[in-house]
Amino acid sequence: MNLITFSGPPSSGKTSVILKTIQALRQQDLKVGVVKFDCLYTEDDVLYEKAQVPVKKGLSGGLCPDHYFVSNIEEVVEWGVKNTLDVLITESAGLCNRCSPYIKEIKAICVIDNLSGVNTPKKIGPLLKSADIVVITKGDIVSQAEREVFASRISAVNAQAIVMHVNGLTGQGAYELSTLMVEDEKQINTVKGMELRFSMPSALCSYCLGEKRIGDEYQMGNVRKMTM
Amino acid sequence: MITKEQLQKLSIQEVLTRYPFVLTYLENNKIKVEGYESLTFHEFRNQFEEHELEEWAMDLSKLEEELIVFISQMLEFLGETENSVDSLTILPGQDKSGNPETFEMLTIRKSEIIAIVGPTGSGKSRLLADIEWTAQHDTPTKRGILINGVTPDKKWRFSSSNKLVAQLSQNMNFVIDLSVGEFIELHAKSRLVEQEEEVVSRIVDAANYLAGEKFDLNTPVTALSGGQSRALMIADTAILSKSPIVLIDEIENAGIDRKKALKLLVGEEKIVLIATHDPTLALMADKRMVIKNGGILKILETSKEEKEVLITLEEMDTKIQALRSSLRAGEVIKNIE
Repeated sequence: MNLITFSGPPSSGKTSVILKTIQALRQQDLKVGVVKFDCLYTEDDVLYEKAQVPVKKGLSGGLCPDHYFVSNIEEVVEWGVKNTLDVLITESAGLCNRCSPYIKEIKAICVIDNLSGVNTPKKIGPLLKSADIVVITKGDIVSQAEREVFASRISAVNAQAIVMHVNGLTGQGAYELSTLMVEDEKQINTVKGMELRFSMPSALCSYCLGEKRIGDEYQMGNVRKMTM
Repeated sequence: MITKEQLQKLSIQEVLTRYPFVLTYLENNKIKVEGYESLTFHEFRNQFEEHELEEWAMDLSKLEEELIVFISQMLEFLGETENSVDSLTILPGQDKSGNPETFEMLTIRKSEIIAIVGPTGSGKSRLLADIEWTAQHDTPTKRGILINGVTPDKKWRFSSSNKLVAQLSQNMNFVIDLSVGEFIELHAKSRLVEQEEEVVSRIVDAANYLAGEKFDLNTPVTALSGGQSRALMIADTAILSKSPIVLIDEIENAGIDRKKALKLLVGEEKIVLIATHDPTLALMADKRMVIKNGGILKILETSKEEKEVLITLEEMDTKIQALRSSLRAGEVIKNIE
């Protein structure tokens, strides 16, 4: 089985890109399943079900979504193996721009959209910088100039990535993306023992543990102050 | 090209002098080298404790490797001569039902205009994707694409700065909040253009030549009218974009001189593909491709009779444009001249 991690800011078009890519993978007689990670709410699983794609969803609720992702990824892989998938896709939103759920040796795809503004590539951390493939969406609604500026800014922060344009509505580019997803030498049955590409942000302060009151005396653990 | 050994010997200052564009790389990655210019990148990297890097989510372990990739990409981008595309050839494949396409091969040369016609969903996006991906009988249509008559270099598939196709479509907008001048300058910077000012004024002049209503460098791009926006997009794509092929998805017949627009693109030695059902535009093309059920059904050469029809159409267009101007000027319409 090939495991692929898809990530990207909320509403960047991940689900549309994945759905179009799955269509292309299926034409090659491959069985594809998706596990969708989100924070509080998602209905994307319904979209996958409608397309008859085996799907599971996980809502992290009060936990950091990416911490939740790593704690569950092994079980997710087991589910994929049990369902005899050829390709297992995980989809998760990068909510704080600092996190990244990418695993070494597992293909990492970041989806980012042209509408998010030309300075966005600077603002996103490992989610964008350590991806193998960067997919740019919504290219059909911005000018050619903005598309070019945006793509060049992405290459400036992640020179090694393959940068592709995919149209989530027409599917233009999705077939091409699908050809980069299946690799015999990257087949896996487990991710046990593998490592994340980048550490997740350290957080353990009283607020992580449910504190609500404001004020110095309530702050414990990993606390840092701004210079005012 | 630069090797790892070479990079290790150069100080940051020397690297910046030799490759000024590295500054963009550092800026975009928020790497501040002020005060460290005399060090090499290797020494610079070792200045930092691991927890400091983690704090700002930076991974400098690959700094040198990434820089080498970035520098070679930029050098390749700057040395444009080897990227010139004189012709594009489409080799037949099959339609959605697997029927073979019947044309022999289609070669489109620089400065040629090809119209693409066919209903929505007939496979125009797929055709364009084949061209962009330089398909080698490895896409669902099984078409082949040749550049300059030969199987193209794989770089066209994966290079983000050397895209084969630039696209202009009907529902495109400027989303950035800048003035026209600042906007073109931003684009020019990303293309590493040297005479920025000259290019900026050339583009604005060209856009104004195409647009019905004039605008200047200080106009915010979001305040441009539909016609002005399209004029600016076309002028900017013609002059600044390096993509040798331009695909246009319809040009609305309002606020822009479409004939001049096509001439501008062709004058900049682009290959122009235009998806349209507008008779004037379709007949301006040298040939037109008819798409049906995912396949190229036939390729028609614009005939002599059709070119004559075009003259009549253009006369009609001129009359409509004149009426538009009269209305704009507050005049009362009495008859069509």
